[in-house]
Amino acid sequence: MSSNRETTETGTADAQPTDMQFGEARSASTDSDGPAAEGVVESTQEARMGSGADSRFNSKLRNAFGSSPFILTKFDKFMNWVRGSSMFMLQFGIACCSIEMMHTYAVKHDLDRFGAGVPRASPRQADVIIVPGTIVSKFAPRMKRVYDQMPEPKFVVSMGSCTVSGGPFQQGYNVIKGAEEVIPCDIHVPGCPPRPEALIYGVAKLQERIAEGESAPVTVKPYELEQFGDLQRDELVEHLAADIDEDTLVMRYNWADST
Amino acid sequence: MSLEEPTGERTETHLTGVTEAGLDYDAIADLLGDRVVGRETHLNAEAFVVRPDEVQEALFALRDEAGFDHCSCVTAQEYEDRFESIYHLKRYDDPTQEVSVVVPTPRDAPASQTAEPVYRTADWHEREAYDLVGVEYEGHPDLRRILLPETWQGHPLGLDYDQDRPQIVTLESHANPLAEDQADDTGEADTMFLNIGPHHPATHGVLHVETVLDGEQVADVRSDIGYLHRCEEQMAQSGKYRHEIMPYPDRWDYVSAGLLNEWAYARTAEDLAGLEVPEYAQVIRTMGAEFSRIAAHMLAVATFALDVYGEFTATFMYGFRDREVVMDILEDLTGQRLMFNYFRLGGVAWDLPEPRAEFFEKIRDFLDELPGKLDEYHDLITSNEIFQLRCVDTGVIDAETAKDYGCTGPVARASGVDYDLRRDDPYGYYDELDWDVAVEPDGDNYARVLTRLREVEQSARIIEQCVDLLEDWPEEEREIQSNVPRTLRPDEDAEIYRAVEGAKGELGIYIRSDGTDKPARFKIRSPCFSNLQALPEMAEGEYIADLIASLASIDIVLGEVDR
Repeated sequence: MSSNRETTETGTADAQPTDMQFGEARSASTDSDGPAAEGVVESTQEARMGSGADSRFNSKLRNAFGSSPFILTKFDKFMNWVRGSSMFMLQFGIACCSIEMMHTYAVKHDLDRFGAGVPRASPRQADVIIVPGTIVSKFAPRMKRVYDQMPEPKFVVSMGSCTVSGGPFQQGYNVIKGAEEVIPCDIHVPGCPPRPEALIYGVAKLQERIAEGESAPVTVKPYELEQFGDLQRDELVEHLAADIDEDTLVMRYNWADST
Repeated sequence: MSLEEPTGERTETHLTGVTEAGLDYDAIADLLGDRVVGRETHLNAEAFVVRPDEVQEALFALRDEAGFDHCSCVTAQEYEDRFESIYHLKRYDDPTQEVSVVVPTPRDAPASQTAEPVYRTADWHEREAYDLVGVEYEGHPDLRRILLPETWQGHPLGLDYDQDRPQIVTLESHANPLAEDQADDTGEADTMFLNIGPHHPATHGVLHVETVLDGEQVADVRSDIGYLHRCEEQMAQSGKYRHEIMPYPDRWDYVSAGLLNEWAYARTAEDLAGLEVPEYAQVIRTMGAEFSRIAAHMLAVATFALDVYGEFTATFMYGFRDREVVMDILEDLTGQRLMFNYFRLGGVAWDLPEPRAEFFEKIRDFLDELPGKLDEYHDLITSNEIFQLRCVDTGVIDAETAKDYGCTGPVARASGVDYDLRRDDPYGYYDELDWDVAVEPDGDNYARVLTRLREVEQSARIIEQCVDLLEDWPEEEREIQSNVPRTLRPDEDAEIYRAVEGAKGELGIYIRSDGTDKPARFKIRSPCFSNLQALPEMAEGEYIADLIASLASIDIVLGEVDR
């Protein structure tokens, strides 16, 4: 059973701690599949599994680890891998795209296959927010608030043309020209609406990026929630001063600046 | 409210101006007498111009003497020299009998009398007119903005609106509207205020329901809408008739009901421009539209079960399984899964997919399996005892109240209002086919779900007959589009209001043309908008859980409510 010890040693001594040594470890465990020979020290794995253990418990991961339950990797890298492999999505519907999003969660497309199909109703339990639809002036502050309530680290998939640029409604007097005006987006999935396959691809790409530790881009032109009293005094602010308290949160849209 | 009036009094024989041959507009003019200051002819009906301070009298007369019990829509618009509100009236018994009441108001003081005491539904319609166009209604119970935030500056569908001016929108916590009335000695109200939405799984989108609870019971409920107001009317007004408007209807009611919505625009524009549609195209349209209806009702049923059972698995997945099949067929037909853009003015975009036999076989397979699938739904939902306990006799709305609120579609039909435009105001190929209108008398949450399931059966019947027709259609007569001018310029000042039976009810469009290739005014009458307005009638006094069930049973789509 020297091969097992070797694996362990390689694992410890290896100069590349991030590599999980799956290949080698697997071959090692194959060796130990047979009954332990007389007088040979039993591997840790076999000792733990005992005889007649249900093979279902003998997971791939277990096989990969071989006799050693240890892997060496960077903690950050490990956490990124974990985050990308199990994502809780915010159950968040806005417009047309949410119908295709529901189809992505439901039968046939089944986003859960990719470890990203647990819709959570509360933003406090969610890692990922898919923004599926047109964002209008009245909704943007609420969406920002929902996004703010999500715990870090959080990720945003902007789904559909409306969240990319305002889409077919870009010229509307009430329409925010893209989700990125309000919150930072990690992945844009274009389409009107994108097919479920496209959304799955977008989510898979996000998982890939998360696993590789790539960070979200910065919002280019943010519409921030700010207190009314902090706004620059101009004609509009003066006009509304009688109706809005100083400490009320507001979002100010400068339509002429956003294209 | 109309509830207080014994309905038996209004019998056909006493209605002024209603004859066998149609409406006698002169008799109606006599009925209105001096209140009429002018008369216009719209393409769908005669319109009587009424003084702004006599709106209620005129409308009361039309409702009580002439039987116009359906205020279908209120359109407001701004001209160079005046504002105008148009009340589109119909009769639930015969929606082809229409009359419009036009109320002009001066530009410097655009105020006219409210119609809310006559038709309860005018409440929201007038708020919208105030919000988007800027007409004020005297005596209105609650004339606030409805779609745009309350701090909005200007009226965006007015003529001199500057779209580039900045706007400020607040994020404030909402207060209990009953707090003041109910405050006890300590100044505390004994009711609890609860915000549902705008981000909430049970609101079917971005709806905000301000609810006041007394224990478990709903004491007050108000819908706050406008979180998806994406300027559909402005978009339509900036598009050319021929091709640039058709993609938008798909996005009003986006629950796969696209073809039904496209038909609303197609019907209105075709009647406005005097276009014919070949019979073959009408059959294809009818078939496609009914597939859309099935898909939309499947989603309604699936999400209803999701809301009352609170599970994300069984019924919801069944609904989506069946929707996928329908969407596949529609994709074969139109080329897109959800936003079809398949209708053209004067016909449809292209013929059925080749090989036709394969396409028909796919449809027939679906139709063959459908009865079994519907049995499954009935097992899972409607014949489930727990479901019945939950839904029977909750969220009740009676027929008269439903009419007062302008309810249409499955919501009205579940209250015993036998009103379906496919039969009552025939278009397409519906009057050639053999099918029934599903009507349930009870008006509760259960009836609304049952009505939808029964309508799916009827849609399948229609589709089956269409497939039979299409299969035998001679190859040389497969004309999919009539000859339509490249640029459409309907006559100047032509006005029309036309409606079709959408998935949620009467989906109407008013278009005024100004002689150019774009509409001067494009107003959408959304069934969900009127249906949602009736929510307090269903929910107040019920338990909070039944409010959620009622909300789900109305089957609103916020894209259509807010437009």
